[in-house]
Amino acid sequence: MITSFKKNIKGVVIEGITLASALIIIAIVIVMLTVIIIGGKDQLSWEFLTSFPTDGMTKGGIFPAIYGTALLVIIMSIAAVPFGTITAIYLTEYAKENSIIAKTIRFAVRTLAVIPSIIYGLFGLGFFIKFVGAHIDGAFFGGELKWGQPNLLWASLTMALLTLPVVIVSVEEALKTVPNELRAASLALGATKWQTIRKVVLPGSISGILTGTILAVSRGAGEVAPILFTGAAYYLATLPGLGDQFMVLGYHIYVLTTQSANVDQTLPIQFGTTCVLLLLTFILNMTAVILRYRIRKKKTN
Amino acid sequence: MIIDKISTENMFLYYSGKMALNNISIKIPEKKVTAFIGPSGCGKSTFLRSLNRMNDLIDGVKIEGKVTIDNINIYDKNIDVVNLRKKVGMVFQKSNPFAKSVYENVAYGPKINGLSNKKQLDEIVETALKNAAIWDEVKDRLGDSAMGLSGGQQQRLCIARTLAVNPEIVLMDEPASALDPLSTAKIEELIVQLKENYTIVIVTHNMQQAARISDNTAFFYIGELIEYDRTKKIFTNPDKKQTEDYITGRFG
Repeated sequence: MITSFKKNIKGVVIEGITLASALIIIAIVIVMLTVIIIGGKDQLSWEFLTSFPTDGMTKGGIFPAIYGTALLVIIMSIAAVPFGTITAIYLTEYAKENSIIAKTIRFAVRTLAVIPSIIYGLFGLGFFIKFVGAHIDGAFFGGELKWGQPNLLWASLTMALLTLPVVIVSVEEALKTVPNELRAASLALGATKWQTIRKVVLPGSISGILTGTILAVSRGAGEVAPILFTGAAYYLATLPGLGDQFMVLGYHIYVLTTQSANVDQTLPIQFGTTCVLLLLTFILNMTAVILRYRIRKKKTN
Repeated sequence: MIIDKISTENMFLYYSGKMALNNISIKIPEKKVTAFIGPSGCGKSTFLRSLNRMNDLIDGVKIEGKVTIDNINIYDKNIDVVNLRKKVGMVFQKSNPFAKSVYENVAYGPKINGLSNKKQLDEIVETALKNAAIWDEVKDRLGDSAMGLSGGQQQRLCIARTLAVNPEIVLMDEPASALDPLSTAKIEELIVQLKENYTIVIVTHNMQQAARISDNTAFFYIGELIEYDRTKKIFTNPDKKQTEDYITGRFG
């Protein structure tokens, strides 16, 4: 009797501790969201989203940062999604499951995924700007500094490298949901492997590819470190092109918080910008989650 | 005169070095239904899949000996597997329509062969669906998803899809095993009709089915072809004791 009572107490205590730590997580999320939303909600207006910063960035909107973020993720996706999809196709459709090459690629993908993002930034600086860009300048512009400096293109490509593992893994997962019986059916009808991939496998996994894209975009939209050296700008009075530096939401928050002449005055804008970035990544992630849920459901049917 | 469409001579098949088919020699006549029977794991499906080289898709499969179709060794180096599979169609155990419309499922084969003329495609689709005895059931919903058809309809659609490529041989791997008795009866009736134009090779677990629809029956056991003869003889007066034990239900 006594021992079982003791056991009972112990059980209750352990359950209580585990529950408490789980509740702390919820509390953190609630506090974070509440603070940001309460602080930023008054800032959110059409004007805030569509106008340039004014008065030394203490007033005005964040349009160039939104514009820069949008361009960044679009160019990044144009680079990362096809490349990642093709790699995933190789891994699932062509490579033998346990071949050395497939294992090596998977190892490389996993390694890419865990490399700290600041190192991508350094790599982008060293490879894209100092090597590729500088050589383009040397070859086509007589050494004049054009592409050998931070800009939107190099930042986007650096970001594409960072998001590549996300794309590869989600597309691979999507391709694997296409039943092998369908591949067999297509091949048995005299289709080539490529016809089978193009007409049966890819159409059957399009929502998964989309999920991968969205996850990559949401990761890219929030990252700052990789673009610090490769293209992010403090402030620009004009909208950027491929060869220009650009403003971006994440870096803008950092600038407002630490580099502004009057940090207190920029506080509402900091909250507003944070709100916008948070909403953007939240919406993107939700879309990805919903798509992924639908794929899982399809798979179990 | 009976022409041998398919024949194998001293054929062996190994899965990663393990023997799965042991010295199979068989001659399969043209425009007849040939049934492969035997207990699970006896190699009958494996053998069927080596006739259109679907085993190529599995890692570690090695084949020795001769497998000829129209006197051409299909494992020759210069054989185009894609063309072989157009000539030797296959219907699978589980119906596996594509997540496309009924029409697109049947048009898939002709389309990948480069046919794009709408009128010709329409004709091929209609003929194939008619030959697979499903035209009347689907003619008003050709544009609907094939996934909405019943299991039996899906399987006949898969047969139509195979016929649309205009094969000479149709391999069937337990095509009715997942179907209800009514659908099974329809498929069996269809198979008997199809042998007018096609050479049919069917793997089946159902011995009554083999007895009802096939002209010849081959009994496989543990990777060996034990006995192969006219279906009537196999089911009434088999030469081998193992065959008799199996068809009388003493094992398997």
